[in-house]
Amino acid sequence: MRANEATAKIENAVRGALKNPRSDGAPVYLDYQATTPTDPRVVETMLPYFNARFGNPHSRSHAYGWRAEDAVEHAREQIASLIKANPKELIFTSGATESNNLALKGVAYFYKDKKNHIITCVTEHKCVLDACRHLEQEGFRVTYLPVGANGLIDLERLKATIDDKTALVSIMAVNNEIGVIQPIREIGRICRERGVFFHTDCAQAVGKIPLDVEDMNIDLMSISGHKIYGPMGIGALYVRRRPRVRLVPLINAGGQERGMRSGTLPLPLCVGLGAACAIAEKEMGAEAERLKAMRDRLYNRLKQRLPEIYLNGDLDHRIPGNLNISFAYVEGEGLMMGLKDLAVSSGSACTSASLEPSYVLRALGVEEELAHTSLRLGLGRFTTEAEVDYAADRIAAEVERLRAMSPLWEMAREGIDIKSIKWAEH
Amino acid sequence: MMQSAVYLPHNATTPLRPEAERAVIATLARVGNPSSVHRFGRAARRTIEDAREQVAALVGARAENVTFTSGGTEANALALRGAGRARVVVSAVEHASVLAAVPGAVRVPVDSEGVIDLAALEAALAADSRPALVSLMLANNETGVIQPVARAAEIARRHGAALHCDAVQAAGKIPVDAAELGAHFVTLSAHKLGGPMGVGALVTDGTAPLEALLKGGGQERGLRAGTENVSGIAGFGAAAEAVRADLDCMGRLAAWRDALEARARAAVPSARILGADALRLPNTSCLALPGVAAETQVIALDLAGVAVSAGSACSSGKVGASHVLAAMGLDADIVGSAIRISLGWSSAAADIERFLESWTALAARTAPGGAVSAA
Repeated sequence: MRANEATAKIENAVRGALKNPRSDGAPVYLDYQATTPTDPRVVETMLPYFNARFGNPHSRSHAYGWRAEDAVEHAREQIASLIKANPKELIFTSGATESNNLALKGVAYFYKDKKNHIITCVTEHKCVLDACRHLEQEGFRVTYLPVGANGLIDLERLKATIDDKTALVSIMAVNNEIGVIQPIREIGRICRERGVFFHTDCAQAVGKIPLDVEDMNIDLMSISGHKIYGPMGIGALYVRRRPRVRLVPLINAGGQERGMRSGTLPLPLCVGLGAACAIAEKEMGAEAERLKAMRDRLYNRLKQRLPEIYLNGDLDHRIPGNLNISFAYVEGEGLMMGLKDLAVSSGSACTSASLEPSYVLRALGVEEELAHTSLRLGLGRFTTEAEVDYAADRIAAEVERLRAMSPLWEMAREGIDIKSIKWAEH
Repeated sequence: MMQSAVYLPHNATTPLRPEAERAVIATLARVGNPSSVHRFGRAARRTIEDAREQVAALVGARAENVTFTSGGTEANALALRGAGRARVVVSAVEHASVLAAVPGAVRVPVDSEGVIDLAALEAALAADSRPALVSLMLANNETGVIQPVARAAEIARRHGAALHCDAVQAAGKIPVDAAELGAHFVTLSAHKLGGPMGVGALVTDGTAPLEALLKGGGQERGLRAGTENVSGIAGFGAAAEAVRADLDCMGRLAAWRDALEARARAAVPSARILGADALRLPNTSCLALPGVAAETQVIALDLAGVAVSAGSACSSGKVGASHVLAAMGLDADIVGSAIRISLGWSSAAADIERFLESWTALAARTAPGGAVSAA
């Protein structure tokens, strides 16, 4: 009774918070790469574990503990099924940041006597780059592969960079800012041939694109709950058993999670992540089609109304729910300020408070000024066509308004090459 | 599967308090990354900062000195490894998450009641002049025995050492004031005090340096990277506030616990209460029934619908005696026959009756000599 009522309330709250955004003045949520709402069905699955079915999954001496453990193992199976892994190969963590730290530092430390080289990419998530910098300070050698203008790495360059001291290649499957999909299968094949472990940060990829750890030769994979309509505070790391990948744990105690990650497993969060994966597995195909149609609709409407807008990152090798567009001759801060009725971001959430232009866009070769004018538009499960149309119209109107006030825009329209102007210094 | 109707391992995990449940559910339904600058993000940020105030208030700390983590284990690891001290000195009865985080730590013995030997602590600190970190729990998870943390902190200070206090079991059961304890670092866990699982905190005094365990993203002032567990943190805050308003509940639990122990001993004269002569948490009882293995008791009680534990949940189900009871120098038959009963906010007087009924019946069936008097 109690759970049903609460479920109904949640369902209403989630739908209410996201639909008809203008009716109560709430902005249209277009920031699905920063975080996704917890799917009401996921919340419903979690609810009993907050009260009637609570228990410590590590208590092996009474029914509460056993039932909690069963629920955790069921969730582990649901995650494994989505990425075609064996449930025994999945470790629960507090999120993708911890998974990435554990994968990179864990492998580096374990194999440090034989190998000391790590290969990653300049557009990785900040937590991967920070973990790599930390390892560099400790004496490891790290190669940061560049990306092309489309945001993708060059496989030949990867091959040439691997040497006999390389322990690990860490390349994200999907970029959080520009949504481009790296050639994971090819990277996996290269790594396997060269006897190098392959870690991939799949926080933005799980549930969005099909993943298969066997087929793609993935040795370690980071998974996030709150990017796939699951709860915050939970994630997972896939760690291959054959050929076996070994790790030095970051959090060592109690021995939970095969000794790789200690701490009481947060039962409701584990259940929530499992449920989110099960829904994604069932609905991913249809959802991708729906999102792609809406994404294209949004992009086409913007292109029709606005000249001189530039899509950042490859359009074909891209998840359906992402656009990242630079609006030339518009001041980025002004654009964000003018679009308060849209919840969008100018880069990743983790760096959104900084005024620096996105390092991801800079790595693509986007000029600093243009990078400053960029918006990340993230579409997701609860996005509606009406919201997309509203967003397109509002962005177009705002860009037109700002350009109308811009002398640079006026000069560009008159055919003056802005870059050739020598500005007087004051 | 038979469901135990009486739940008495509250030290392993305690049910969500209604206030916390409401906060968790309300925030689960919302969307927003606290690092995002738009309205959804700012609302999530506000939720976290409100909770930070609530958690700080529970231990008399300043909100800016509270760092949220994924739980007590991570907070312990953060303090022990992030404090950057050349050596670590711990008591022999610390939680596994402390002992395993620094395998090379010096272990200070405890007496037969489980209380740290302060002279030995002093000697350990005096023996080596390198900067040290002392890690001493406020209350033990298996016996409930409370450690003289403030006195240990004084000794630590005299030797230029910092002090970390794992207050996971104590917070919410007895008043905890980080400043009075003299601790540089205090670990808290939400699910041990009626908050949700998957969230904890490390509280600092604002002076001791600390380096992050998880890097990248800059959350929690650079001390703990990763998108914050917004609903978990909201629930932690609500639980901290609720528990602070309801510390009286522990008076009720102490009376029940004392009655349970008195009646258990009256019924089974050979039974022993471990740590009984020390200052203890009001809710915990470590009860030994010599001659009857703890596992046998736990299983029989579970079949009777009463959930208790043998030792801590983290090591339950594993072969090997409790390191806590072993450190107290107790005989093997005492150590091997001790169960832990821990009450919580949702316990009822009837739970005590159900436990005593089942346990005395078990003692009558299995205890050597069947030495059971009428309760």
